[in-house]
Amino acid sequence: MIRLNVNGKAVKLDVDGDTPLLWALRDTLQLTGTKYGCGQALCGACTVHVDGAPVRACSVPVSSVAGRRITTIEAVDKVKVGKAVQEAWRKLDVVQCGYCQSGQIMSAVALLEQNRKPTDADIDAAMSGNLCRCATYVRIRAAIHEAAKALA
Amino acid sequence: MHDIRLENLSRRRFLQGGAGLTLGFCLPGVALAAAEAGPGKAGAGVVAPVTFEPNAFLRIGADNTVTVISKHLEMGQGTYTGLATLLAEELDADWPQVRVEGAPADAKRYNNLFWGPAQGTGGSTAMANSWEQMRKAGAAGRAMLVAAAAREWQVPVGEIVVDKGTLRHGASGRSATFGQLAEAAAREAVPAEVALKDPKDFKLIGNTARRTDMRAKTDGSAQFTQDVQLPGMLVAVVAHPPQFGAKVKSFDASKAKKTKGVVDVVQIPQGVAVLARDTWSAKKGRDALQVVWDDSAAFKLGSDEILARYKEMAKLPGLVAKKEGDAGKALAGAAKVVSASYDFPYLAHAAMEPMNCVIRLGAEGCEVWNGEQLHTGDQYALAGLFGLKPEQVNIHMLYAGGSFGRRACKDSDYVLEAAHIVKAIGGKAPVKLVWLREDDMRGGYYRPLFHHALQAGIDAQGKIVGWQHRLVGQSILIGSPFEKMMVKDGIDHVSVEGASNLPYAIPNLTVDLHTPTDNPVPVLWWRSVGSSHTAFSTEAFLDEVAAAAGKDPYALRLELLEKQPRHAAVLKLAAERAGWGSPLKAGKPGERRGRGIAVHESFNSVVAQVAEVTVGKDGSVRVDRVVCGVDCGTAINPDNIKSQVEGGVGFALSAVLHGEITLKEGKVEQGNFDGYGVLRIEEMPVVEVHILPSAKPPTGIGEPGVPPVAPAVANAIAAATGKRLHRLPIRPADLLA
Repeated sequence: MIRLNVNGKAVKLDVDGDTPLLWALRDTLQLTGTKYGCGQALCGACTVHVDGAPVRACSVPVSSVAGRRITTIEAVDKVKVGKAVQEAWRKLDVVQCGYCQSGQIMSAVALLEQNRKPTDADIDAAMSGNLCRCATYVRIRAAIHEAAKALA
Repeated sequence: MHDIRLENLSRRRFLQGGAGLTLGFCLPGVALAAAEAGPGKAGAGVVAPVTFEPNAFLRIGADNTVTVISKHLEMGQGTYTGLATLLAEELDADWPQVRVEGAPADAKRYNNLFWGPAQGTGGSTAMANSWEQMRKAGAAGRAMLVAAAAREWQVPVGEIVVDKGTLRHGASGRSATFGQLAEAAAREAVPAEVALKDPKDFKLIGNTARRTDMRAKTDGSAQFTQDVQLPGMLVAVVAHPPQFGAKVKSFDASKAKKTKGVVDVVQIPQGVAVLARDTWSAKKGRDALQVVWDDSAAFKLGSDEILARYKEMAKLPGLVAKKEGDAGKALAGAAKVVSASYDFPYLAHAAMEPMNCVIRLGAEGCEVWNGEQLHTGDQYALAGLFGLKPEQVNIHMLYAGGSFGRRACKDSDYVLEAAHIVKAIGGKAPVKLVWLREDDMRGGYYRPLFHHALQAGIDAQGKIVGWQHRLVGQSILIGSPFEKMMVKDGIDHVSVEGASNLPYAIPNLTVDLHTPTDNPVPVLWWRSVGSSHTAFSTEAFLDEVAAAAGKDPYALRLELLEKQPRHAAVLKLAAERAGWGSPLKAGKPGERRGRGIAVHESFNSVVAQVAEVTVGKDGSVRVDRVVCGVDCGTAINPDNIKSQVEGGVGFALSAVLHGEITLKEGKVEQGNFDGYGVLRIEEMPVVEVHILPSAKPPTGIGEPGVPPVAPAVANAIAAATGKRLHRLPIRPADLLA
């Protein structure tokens, strides 16, 4: 049994310790907002927060995050920055297919939690690991600035 | 439940002429086919008790929701929003009350009007084929609501005004919402004819209706195939052969079967499938599987050898795809002849959601959950495999996490793979087939590898007198179910599209084609299809010809486009907004900067682009800015057009800067995003999109933003460095200072 704290709730999981956090979230806890894209921390679609920091859930064994605070896209609106980012995304119609966007939003929230006034270069550095095949990058960048403005 | 469906025959006859609506009522109190999973329904899950359903595309609930049924897949291109905009415009609905759900597979009601009797999404046709159909569907609904209000209020129809989901009668002061009138409207006759609005009265069309899928795609609730969970469902991960054409010789599943969570291991024609309770267990099971492959019939060539063969073939004439005048004679008599060849690699679609499919077999037929792009093809393929009638294959169309053509597989490859697994276990459990990224990238169905050779003749005055274009590459359509319909005299028109319809006024032109048939690497349409290579070869070559003729590339294009007003107009628009001819700001020391232009028609839309690039000393290329001029007919949703062109630029740049699938001894060398690079945020240029005002019916926009990018960038690189690109992707070593 592995004990996790996911989106503010204590949960117990009957999975092997080497199971990536991604599959524990998706297949065991039915939190399917976090996406599988590559399995090797190459695309960022599975980005979640562990104690507030962005991690690629596909490459983190669930045993290594036991007892730590995990936040997924499903609960990101519970914090001010998360809500601001979602609203900016909606205001600018950022998404296309949407598959990578949970990861994009989680990375953007983590950036704004650390840096309330990111430059384009800061955004590029923080978001470089999040691929978007629809190439919504122009709007992702604009929406992060928009969220920063709303939070100021 | 009394399932009463009435059909209005007169209306049906009227619509058979072209719009293709099949009408049916749902009488009050009749519940709809229960809880189909699907975007728009997910989360809501409740069908309002009183429902007005005037046709196959519209349902109005007593709760005042307007549900638009989309026959086309939403894979990012904004189709759900666009189709709903058309219908809501004529219905005079209030945009926030509109939601969208995916249509079932039913080619009788939901065929693509450009594809005859088949339902599917592709070729950037969604808006174009639905332009009248969806507006008529909305207008019919509006007319019935108005008739119902007139009857209830005892006032003339002509005195009722509809605006933002509310009907009003000025003199009596009466008003009602759509929801309040839904039950009464369902009792009205479907009008035999409907008048559509004058475009000057459009409220939603031409404005920016917000995407209907935005909320679900920003809070994690949007349902993709990957997210489907069914009771008792097993997840399948498959061991595929390492080469195309290889087969299973033998396998040892003993270790795989001991893996925790693994339930079964079965052989299928595509390989060996491991079924488990969850995805990770299935993957671990597959890793533990030992398979011996029989490669006796496998394809074992590498990309280099394929290309060498193609270059050999290009030495001889191919089948003529287009001939005007006598290009050979013109070249022979030209003052100067320019020659160049261009090579294009295989490309993977690499949608962010790898291919997957969920199938459940039951007594009545089978149910499928899929980001469904080719409903009718997949329906028939599955019916054939299971021995069912096509209508017994019930497909739930979910959002697709990208596709770029991959989910419209002509051979139903991954869908049939899922079905074979279900069949192999006797249908005892629903199965979700999950391709891991490596399965997806190595699974074939690539943009075909192509070799192009071009020659142009210039006379003493610098005029182009002849143009000879030879292409060598695999056909997408030959050998597919579409061959009969779409291949003529051995010419697959999607191999030469963009080349055979060269827009320039050149008196002598020949386009010929070699189609290698001994290469079994599966190929498929990849966002913009033939234009993904023909736009590059024609537009990069035209710049080489312009240089040889001593002409400005923009001026030469305008000169050759006198009879092509749409091309000329977008070219001027892009050039003016980009400041063509003005000096570019210098780069940092050692950096070389340049500007390039290209124009291309695809899917009946024309896009021109001006790219600005910076080339470093080390040959690295940064695309700084792309200015686009777009003519896609009526702009239904200008912001979505911008979004599609921005995305098209980024998608194309992946292939310009990084994308390449290579084979070595028949094995695909790339498996994941480390080997197959795609564009990242720091590489994304500034994109400016300018839309040419047009009153013509809408044409495609999902794909047309892609083709001009590569040649505009290549032409900009040539302007910066003097070096011409003859292959993609760019290799910095070719561009060292």
